[in-house]
Amino acid sequence: MIKLEHVDKQFADHHALNDINVEFPEHETTVILGPSGAGKSTLLRSLNLLERPQSGIYQINDEKVDFSQELSTSQILRVRRKTGMVFQSWNLFPHLTILQNITEGPIHVLKQSKQEAEANATKLLQQVGLDGTQHRYPSQLSGGQQQRISICRALAMDPEYILFDEPTSALDPELEAQVLHVLLTLAQSKQSMIVVTHNMEFARRVATKIIFVEDGKVEFDGTPSEFFDHPTDRIHAFLNGMQF
Amino acid sequence: MWNTIVNSTPEIFWAGIKFTIPLTLISFAIGFVIAVVTALVRTSTPKGNPVVAGLWGLLKLFLSFYVWLFRSTPLLVQLFIVFFGLPNIGIQFDAFSAGIITFSLNTGAYCSETVRGAISSIPDSQWEAAYSIGMTYRQVLFRIVFPQALRVALPPLSNSFIGLVKDTSLASSITILEMFMVSQQIAAKNYEPLLMYSIVAVVYAVFCTVLSVAQHYLERYMSRYVQVTGE
Repeated sequence: MIKLEHVDKQFADHHALNDINVEFPEHETTVILGPSGAGKSTLLRSLNLLERPQSGIYQINDEKVDFSQELSTSQILRVRRKTGMVFQSWNLFPHLTILQNITEGPIHVLKQSKQEAEANATKLLQQVGLDGTQHRYPSQLSGGQQQRISICRALAMDPEYILFDEPTSALDPELEAQVLHVLLTLAQSKQSMIVVTHNMEFARRVATKIIFVEDGKVEFDGTPSEFFDHPTDRIHAFLNGMQF
Repeated sequence: MWNTIVNSTPEIFWAGIKFTIPLTLISFAIGFVIAVVTALVRTSTPKGNPVVAGLWGLLKLFLSFYVWLFRSTPLLVQLFIVFFGLPNIGIQFDAFSAGIITFSLNTGAYCSETVRGAISSIPDSQWEAAYSIGMTYRQVLFRIVFPQALRVALPPLSNSFIGLVKDTSLASSITILEMFMVSQQIAAKNYEPLLMYSIVAVVYAVFCTVLSVAQHYLERYMSRYVQVTGE
């Protein structure tokens, strides 16, 4: 279970996270929605400690982080071990082959043997339908393929949670569908996931919980059916704003 | 004339093997280490402890001064100061050491700017991706950032390296018997300055050509993962 209590982050000119209190249940898919600049990404990135809020408590399973204190390097590394991250523009390592991209963390962070890491990577590649790309470089693959590889990279670390930061926003609809299909399979296998997305269909079909963020505040925290079928006025306006 | 060429070329070449090449290789190796350390210190800021941060700031200031100093004064003058000047305050080096020290510091100053630029050219997203899989600062640096930065830095570093081969001719002025000094000595005996200096020019060109070819292959290897055209 991930639990945030009174998490707050202030940039020079705006309040990115304003007293966030929220829970992300295990083995479920929580989708974070909200308009651009609402603080969705900042919230998600805080869970991987790529972003550092100034105050608040962040509990992930048995690990407790107090943002008002200086974090030790070992604590940062422990939290990152528990949370995998998938980025909007995938950020694969361009100088490494696909296989090396996936085995880099397992070999050098988890200290797995090369054989073990490679066998596992091959299994993951099969799961996302990209077996056979092992010895190619990221630049030789399409965006959708690269994003699926980056999901493998996160999965290879066997994290407790996987965080997706707008994983399909940079893809055209066909490639987006391939990536969403992988996410759907993961959700069905009870992988704990937190997904920031603008794809409402995905939120409606896959999410078990929805969080709506605006101006750094959590404005809604509940089930997809409440969110889509009984929206508040503000959520209604948000959903309508996407139609044309 | 043919006899002169056949007799003196091996002597000049030998001076190259004995002095020019070692001076270049050792100085560049040390200079490169200085460059990487300087670039890393100047691009990073430690968080936390104010005493550490203060000392770090001083170190940065000192390194900026060092880079400025060596880029703003002629190499020949630097050689003279180290070899002929420093003994006045009791610091004495033999000619070869003085050469190594000066060339290393000079190359280090120039290359540190190259390395600094190359490291900053690697996008933050690469650091973030590497951190997100739990890598430490050192792992990110050595496994993710340096290999990519080196590719960016290779052409300007090769420039500095080739430049250094030719700059070692200045070592003749501090009594090192490198190629140019030897050709001067031969010219003084046989009164064939045009021939002698042409021979030494050719030998420098041969050394530099070998390096350019090596650079070409190294660049090709390091760019193996870059796709020129899309799929």
